[in-house]
Amino acid sequence: MKKKGYKRKYTAAMFRRELPLHFMILPGLALVLLFSYVPMGGLVMAFQDFIPSKGLFGDQKWCGLENFRFVFSLPGFNRALQNTIIIAFWKIVLGLLVPIVFALLLNEIRSVRVSKFVQTICYLPYFMSWVILGGILVDVLSTGGIVNQALNSLGLDSIFFLGDNRYFRTTAIWSDIWKNFGYGAIVYLAAILGIDTELYEAARIDGAGRWQQTWHVTLPGMRMIIVLMLVMSLGNVLNAGFDQIFNLYSPAVYESGDIIDTFVYRMGVIDAQYGPATAVGMFKSVVSTIFISVSYLLAYKFADYRIF
Amino acid sequence: MQKKSVSRIVFEIINYCIMFLLTAVCLLPVIHVLALSFSSNTAAAAGLVKLLPVEFTTYSYQYVAGRKEFWNAVLRSLQRVGIGVPLSMLLTILIAYPLSKEADRFRFRTVYVWIFFFTMLFSGGLIPGYILIQNLKMMDSIWALILPIAVSVYNVVLMLNFFRGIPRELEEAAQIDGAGHLQTCFRIYVPCALPSIATISLFTFVGHWNSWFDGLLFSNFSQNYPLASYLQTVVVKRDMALIGAGDLQALQNISDRTVRCAQIFMGMLPVLVVYPFLQKYFVKGIVVGSVKG
Repeated sequence: MKKKGYKRKYTAAMFRRELPLHFMILPGLALVLLFSYVPMGGLVMAFQDFIPSKGLFGDQKWCGLENFRFVFSLPGFNRALQNTIIIAFWKIVLGLLVPIVFALLLNEIRSVRVSKFVQTICYLPYFMSWVILGGILVDVLSTGGIVNQALNSLGLDSIFFLGDNRYFRTTAIWSDIWKNFGYGAIVYLAAILGIDTELYEAARIDGAGRWQQTWHVTLPGMRMIIVLMLVMSLGNVLNAGFDQIFNLYSPAVYESGDIIDTFVYRMGVIDAQYGPATAVGMFKSVVSTIFISVSYLLAYKFADYRIF
Repeated sequence: MQKKSVSRIVFEIINYCIMFLLTAVCLLPVIHVLALSFSSNTAAAAGLVKLLPVEFTTYSYQYVAGRKEFWNAVLRSLQRVGIGVPLSMLLTILIAYPLSKEADRFRFRTVYVWIFFFTMLFSGGLIPGYILIQNLKMMDSIWALILPIAVSVYNVVLMLNFFRGIPRELEEAAQIDGAGHLQTCFRIYVPCALPSIATISLFTFVGHWNSWFDGLLFSNFSQNYPLASYLQTVVVKRDMALIGAGDLQALQNISDRTVRCAQIFMGMLPVLVVYPFLQKYFVKGIVVGSVKG
């Protein structure tokens, strides 16, 4: 695309013409530097015996990898790491599958009004915060809540969804799907709408039934976006969802529900162990960055996906 | 009209049932909570309330409306939205306009893009951000809830893509007429991109309204909580001190449970109000923004 003659020398006139553009970016850039890049630099805390009164870049005592050695030996950290990976894994898998199936089924609804209604209702939980949804779930799923009332009337025992280590992870995973499946289906619905109707015509002439049309036309038409969404979700391997877990868990289910982010919060903010907590945060940041970078790279290579 | 086979009819019935079920799962919990909030203390405690209020009363709402802490939090949230959303939008537009230029028309575009893009890959995490706010003496200030999230790179990308869709001839015509970059941006680009600006504003509004953790983290005193953080402590963590368990008279008529439900509903009300407008645009917005590949 770029021709050689196109590339001109950077002249004073061009500098003058582009100067206002620099000024336009400046305020936003300053905020990003202060609130994103300064905390990145603040990760040096992970290698310090950090004392808050001396300030973020103050004269702190260095302690090498001591903080890392300390936190990696804590049983709580290993437990949180395991829980994080398990919860995040299922959220990634189901968060991919459920919206795809939902989009395919919704596409089979011929009535536009029904389809619109279902979409309107199912997108809604996405826009509610986990404080609101957590408040609702805590009430609805409590031992005296309406779900357990229903279970009891069916002759089943009450289940303490949010207080029992056997059920907490499952509850967390499915309630996350509940919040996001409708909204997640939007991109797939758009992909289905983008499929050339002549392809269905041709398939019908070749004698393909509905299932075969779905299998041979619709799904291949969605292949690109499915691969893209899968690849992009790889960046979430250590994101089990702080907002959700924090609003649903309690000390009774730390065993199955404590995740890295909540662990860091309790260690750093509540117990004020700044150095070790930053070490855990840094571990998460670095691993996540590797996964996110790889996923962007794959998306760029295979789907020609570009953010900017 | 093609005749439907039996298996097709069976499939369609099952499919409608699935859709009905999914809709119910999304809607019924909200209706249940709404019904609880309008029910009497005794009915709620006895578990009689299903989807309709039992012994209808607005007492829970009156109780919440009488609490100073609640209105304090609402005020804080309004303040945050009132300053935060316009500021965010202004910054987003100011960043998106230069970055929507091709690299040959804005030489440093690539450098800036990398600076912003890198924040999507890597972050300092919770603790350094928390210490930074403390060091900046911004604890308990409304700015701690606004400035750190004022620039959303994701929104910049959305905006930038809308700007790219505007024909270049418009810009060239404006520049021939002697308009500078700032004028071109606000006289040509912004009016053209008004629907997308509305969409992003609504998303930013919902984001600010729902954001609860920063309020919790960056406030030493609970009277500085915005509504979402207040609700987190009152509804989810059930901190009785904040509800003000003092007046026994009131506690006889209301239950902790119905009041919680009333507060949940009042907390989601603003989002429900803007939701129809939001839905009008977001489908298009997301698709354009996330899948241009």
